[in-house]
Amino acid sequence: MYVAVKGGEAAILATHDLVAEARRGDESVPELAVAQIREQMGLACGRVMNEGSLYDPDLAALALKQSQGDAIEAAFLMRAYRTTLPRFGSSEPLDTAKMAIRRRVSATYKDLPGGQVLGPTYDYTHRLFDFSLMGEATPGEAQARPATHPLDASMPRVPDILGAEGLMEEEAPPEGDPRPFDLTREPVSFPAERDVRLQAMARGDEGFLLGLGYSVQRGFGNSHPFVGEVRVGEVSVEFTPEELGFAVDLGEITLTECQMVNQFAGSKDVPPQFTRGYGLSFGHSERKAMSMSLVDRALKAREFGEAATYPAQQDEFVLYHSDNVEAAGFVEHLKLPHYVDFQGELELIRRIRRERQERQDKLADQAGEALPEAAE
Amino acid sequence: MTQTATRQHWMAVLARASHREIEALLAQAGPLPAHEILKAPETGTVMVEGRAGGAGQRFNLGEATVTRCVVRLGGGTMGFSYALGRDGAKARLAAITDALLQSETEAGPLRRGVGALAEKQQAARELASRKAAATKVDFFTLVRGG
Repeated sequence: MYVAVKGGEAAILATHDLVAEARRGDESVPELAVAQIREQMGLACGRVMNEGSLYDPDLAALALKQSQGDAIEAAFLMRAYRTTLPRFGSSEPLDTAKMAIRRRVSATYKDLPGGQVLGPTYDYTHRLFDFSLMGEATPGEAQARPATHPLDASMPRVPDILGAEGLMEEEAPPEGDPRPFDLTREPVSFPAERDVRLQAMARGDEGFLLGLGYSVQRGFGNSHPFVGEVRVGEVSVEFTPEELGFAVDLGEITLTECQMVNQFAGSKDVPPQFTRGYGLSFGHSERKAMSMSLVDRALKAREFGEAATYPAQQDEFVLYHSDNVEAAGFVEHLKLPHYVDFQGELELIRRIRRERQERQDKLADQAGEALPEAAE
Repeated sequence: MTQTATRQHWMAVLARASHREIEALLAQAGPLPAHEILKAPETGTVMVEGRAGGAGQRFNLGEATVTRCVVRLGGGTMGFSYALGRDGAKARLAAITDALLQSETEAGPLRRGVGALAEKQQAARELASRKAAATKVDFFTLVRGG
């Protein structure tokens, strides 16, 4: 029997009102402005831009407001909005060597050209509550003191320094510098190339990549990494509109880049070299960029002839499970009505049990008939 | 600078300026000129590309919102605006400014205004860099014995 069910419209509309009220919270507390979220919850906005795969700090802040701070729900809003926009084209590839540096550290070189610049980081805080933030700060309290001189104009990327000595696996564009694959337009097939893997990880869930990166470090993958460099700052985005025929600088975006240096691989033709993992993300998002670089290196297993034994080394596993909007959709759809499916299962299990009972009754009857003979 | 490089420079400055700043800049050049909107302000995206390792294989990092606008002045000069974000009003004013700048001499009020905006943007960049420089590590080595 199939029963079509209709209804719930009024209930659904009422949830919209109720969720709006829940989102607003206590009305005696002032409402958050989107600009406040953008300026004061910048790291959360960065995460939403990465996983929503759309750089727009205002929209990320709006998404966080609308989703009550649920990062995955906010990423979903970004993805949905993106599908309504036309795409004008692709930018020129970013030049991170020209980044306006706000933070740049290396765990491999103490004295590197340009220096170690700690920047705005929680790394050296004590993780003790600052209860003064509970109160309202007076304006100007959060002013950093500038140094007399700006940073060096040129801040070479650390792997480029080792690369000059030939000790580092070379990163060069393949023949013809081809346009990258776009997984938002074409279906992914396996084995996946590096451009596909990097795009998938850039929009992938930070927690998932962090867990995988951690697994590689703990022995579920062949990894002996050093942070060659982490840099955070602003980079210009250039785009060449067809009608103009020259590159237009669209403005700057904040990026985090991680160059992970790993132990050697060599072959008959290539002497042992350090190998590399790369992470790049929107906003200030070091944990994401570092995790991505660890998994990027792990996913190069095939290229280096390493056995891909562990999850982080298997592109199909990583790429199919890193997208949190897809994952949340599939996990959370389970709470939607499955009345008919479940009715089917219910009838099935009742039939199985009935048949089992009938078999048992039949066996018991046979045993009962046999019993008097056995007693003789 | 070549003509194109000069135009690229002012377009970059305008892309980084706010709607209000461009409004103030245009006000210096008198009332808004008659113009026809060829392409109304439109928000879309540009796919931002990165390179593996910074210099290697290209890959798609993710998209960014971009707003563009094209105008034509009475004299026929076309002005373009392309900038990150979703500010349509800014895009229209920036496109008009781009058109006006193309027919202005180097000593014109808009050129000077763009120069002032560029200086302001450069000063903000330098201040940010000086703040970062305050967090630069000075290493020193303790020599023992000897």
